[in-house]
Amino acid sequence: MGLPTPDTSHLDSDESIYPPSEDSYLLLDTLSSASESAYLASHFASPSPAPLVLEIGPGSGIVTSFITTFASEIFGRRDVLTLAADVNPAACSGTAQTVGRNLKDAEKGHGIFLDALWVDLDSCLRGGEVDVLVFNPPYVPTESVPVFDENGNCKGESEGMIEAAWAGGKDGMEVTERVLKGLERCLSKRGVAYVLFCAQNRVQEVIGRLEGGEYGRNWKCDIVGRTGKTAGWEKLCIVRITR
Amino acid sequence: MKLLTANFITCSVKSCQSVTPALSFRDAELAREEIDFSPLFLRNILPRIDWPLLQRTAKELGFPALPETKPELSPIAEGDEEGVGSEEEQKLLKELHSLLLETSVQSGKLVCANCGHEYPISQGIANFLLPNHLV
Ligand SMILES: [Zn+2]
Repeated sequence: MGLPTPDTSHLDSDESIYPPSEDSYLLLDTLSSASESAYLASHFASPSPAPLVLEIGPGSGIVTSFITTFASEIFGRRDVLTLAADVNPAACSGTAQTVGRNLKDAEKGHGIFLDALWVDLDSCLRGGEVDVLVFNPPYVPTESVPVFDENGNCKGESEGMIEAAWAGGKDGMEVTERVLKGLERCLSKRGVAYVLFCAQNRVQEVIGRLEGGEYGRNWKCDIVGRTGKTAGWEKLCIVRITR
Repeated sequence: MKLLTANFITCSVKSCQSVTPALSFRDAELAREEIDFSPLFLRNILPRIDWPLLQRTAKELGFPALPETKPELSPIAEGDEEGVGSEEEQKLLKELHSLLLETSVQSGKLVCANCGHEYPISQGIANFLLPNHLV
């Protein structure tokens, strides 16, 4: 649809925040594609309660900002509520800034950004509230995943918060696994999750497990976006997961 | 943190998530930010509100008492695309708009009545990270 990309230039100099990257842009393109916005508009057709969107790991806030600004274009309704949840406090305040800046000159059809929560994944969200979960995970295979205490300090050797944005542990799947295990709790009855994977995550095997009932139910999975069709190590795709 | 957000969250401690949400604000400093009022928006938010929880939150923060039960709005009339409704409903929706979307807690803490854990809020952002022994 060619909707403009949110401006995140105010965060350019902050090296503790994951900058908008190929994965972020794939999410924007996928959510605003003709087929996906048609799907969302029919799945969340009015009259029905206002949809609640949660983005886990918003980083710069580019995706949450995009969804908030273009609620009408993506959902066919403007009463869309957005929340962001990040383990990095700089990403929380950065996301709030990005959303605010880009809403300033937004058209009338925008949604409402509620808050950025400083939290591990979705652990402070009440079960069954989230209608749309968007997750661009730390998907790069690494030896380990950084662990933070309640003050956001990392145990052991780490590059700090920025590492949490990309270090995915074994197969790059350790963090994603935790989110997938929590889907049944997190998502509402009409809930939809958009989760990004890279080739090394063995996405076909993951889809097999999701559909095969290993994550609380037989989830329905559709690959709704992809980049780099020629085999490269950064081949990315987005899987839409529904009940 | 907006008061609507407070209606969607709970204690991060796993064993607290099977009980009724029990987070209470303490030492809260409030802020207000003006947001365009859309009656239709509020009409579609209302069905998702946990009314007893909102009543409690409003009371803790010193707001006037909300109605005993969640208000039931009459269906919007044909041609009323903005969902304006009666004068009485309009007034109620405006009050809810102001409470849920325009009011936020800038600093203070959220305390779980179930496990006692305290979550600090500063510069409008609540910290729900847990110490490692509670994860
Ligand atoms: Zn608790």
